Amino acid sequence: MRNIIALADKELRSYFASPIAYIIIGLFSLLFGWFFYVYVSYFLRQSMQMQFGGGGNMNVNQAVIRNVLMNASVIILFVMPMITMRTYSEEKRSGTIELLLTSPVTDFQIIMGKFLGALGVYVAMLAVTVLYVAVLFWYGNPEWRPIAAGYLGLLLIGASFVAWGLFLSSVTKNQIVAAFLTFAFFLMLWVINWIGDSSGPTTQAITSYLSITEHLDDFTKGVIDTKHVIYYLSFITFGLFLTAKSVDSERWRG
Amino acid sequence: MIEVQHLTKRYGKVTAVDDVSFRVEKGEILGFLGPNGAGKTTTMRILTGYIPASDGRAIVAGYDVFDRPIEAKRRTGYLPETPPLYPDMTVREYLDFVARIKGVPASDRKGRVDAVMARTHCADVAARHCGKLSKGYRQRVGLAQAVLHNPDVLVLDEPTAGLDPKQIIETRELIRSLAGDHTIVLSTHILPEVAQTCQRVVIINHGRVVAVDTPANLTARLKGAETMYVQVDAPGADVPAALGRVAGVTRVAPADQRGAPGAYEVESERGRDVRRELAREIVTRGWGLLELRPMRMSLEEIFLQVTTEEHAEEAARA
Repeated sequence: MRNIIALADKELRSYFASPIAYIIIGLFSLLFGWFFYVYVSYFLRQSMQMQFGGGGNMNVNQAVIRNVLMNASVIILFVMPMITMRTYSEEKRSGTIELLLTSPVTDFQIIMGKFLGALGVYVAMLAVTVLYVAVLFWYGNPEWRPIAAGYLGLLLIGASFVAWGLFLSSVTKNQIVAAFLTFAFFLMLWVINWIGDSSGPTTQAITSYLSITEHLDDFTKGVIDTKHVIYYLSFITFGLFLTAKSVDSERWRG
Repeated sequence: MIEVQHLTKRYGKVTAVDDVSFRVEKGEILGFLGPNGAGKTTTMRILTGYIPASDGRAIVAGYDVFDRPIEAKRRTGYLPETPPLYPDMTVREYLDFVARIKGVPASDRKGRVDAVMARTHCADVAARHCGKLSKGYRQRVGLAQAVLHNPDVLVLDEPTAGLDPKQIIETRELIRSLAGDHTIVLSTHILPEVAQTCQRVVIINHGRVVAVDTPANLTARLKGAETMYVQVDAPGADVPAALGRVAGVTRVAPADQRGAPGAYEVESERGRDVRRELAREIVTRGWGLLELRPMRMSLEEIFLQVTTEEHAEEAARA
């Protein structure tokens, strides 16, 4: 555990020692803020009209938070590859991987250190957005449970990105290649269920199960379904497992 | 302290290291000598647990590097060919991180880092970023990193490569000062380095060990025949024939083309000094004796001889 902390600490520091972390967190907050602003103003206009028309109540959670969180998941599709691309590629290119692999630490500890380090940047990124959501609590009274569930969903989807990003970074010395592989892989999982009804029922069931956003939907509605939690956890574990295999096979190949 | 038995490393069809065996005693400095691509780096990477061997065993400080990697790594310091530095970290941050993953207890960490920086003369760059260091300082920080956890065994891959002459001398002195407390294996393709720093030399070529001995013994053992350099002033005379008749002389050949006229290399039987006989012969014939001296083989020549002998054997086998 001490080794994992030392490695995670080093990863986290190196993100914040270079401009990477600041640029990513800054731009993510900007985009998140923009979506937030758009949905809040839309919500205000709508609820104003409803009051005059004498309609029912609009739900902040449904109209703002759910949409904003779903949109945030699109931003992370673009942002996460930039966080994970350097994890292994950079160490391999600069030769520092030789230091790690000849130190008395296990591959598992190295992988977990890198995983937690990259996840730390992601958590910092999400933490900034909590400020926006806090504004809603200031002026209104949204329910906090669906928000918490939504954030849990975002955390899980982000961790899945990190796990697979690590793996795809471990297969190449080139950061750009690593970033693009990660992006393409997740974009595929994003759009895989778009095939929808035009395919048979079995294909549809499979593609919608594989789709990474399909599982996020319930979280943003405030439902924590074990089915979805297990999907993400197994996805993360599989990604980390492949990373371990990749690092080990690299060693045998020299 | 280090025991390597029948180590072999194959990459597909290429055999990078072929049945290498050697031992290093405690406190000894062993030089690993060979041309580029001979398998030095591969052997060192196996010793440090960076890559596994295809065959054979390596035991470092009593632990098999494959079966007990963590124990072996805890007792090994390694300086790869390019020092493994993180450009974004300052030297102090970097050494602190290395101390953490090498298992230096938190209470000793600062003291160890300070002591090692003082010993490797890099204390004055402690606050600088590793990416901004000169080649000489990179090498020193690399060395600091290797000795940080006070390992029993130090493996240094070309520790003086790319340094200027003054830095090379400093680094050699540093390495010599580390011996005794540490057992050191260092690789180089620069021959004088071996003679100056190492107690024993392993010459490796095409992945195979071709000789293991002390630098002094290697020189003696490989001398084979005694060779004299003779220069005589005897225009028109058949010097090789005359000298060839001197007792004990086995071969007379003109010295290399650039040599002065009348210069010859005279080989004699092993262990037989023919200088007196040669001088007498030349003088009694009335020639002028301009120069007569034994030719010593430098390590360079030994190295070439050993590696080409190896080649010839291979060709003969094929």
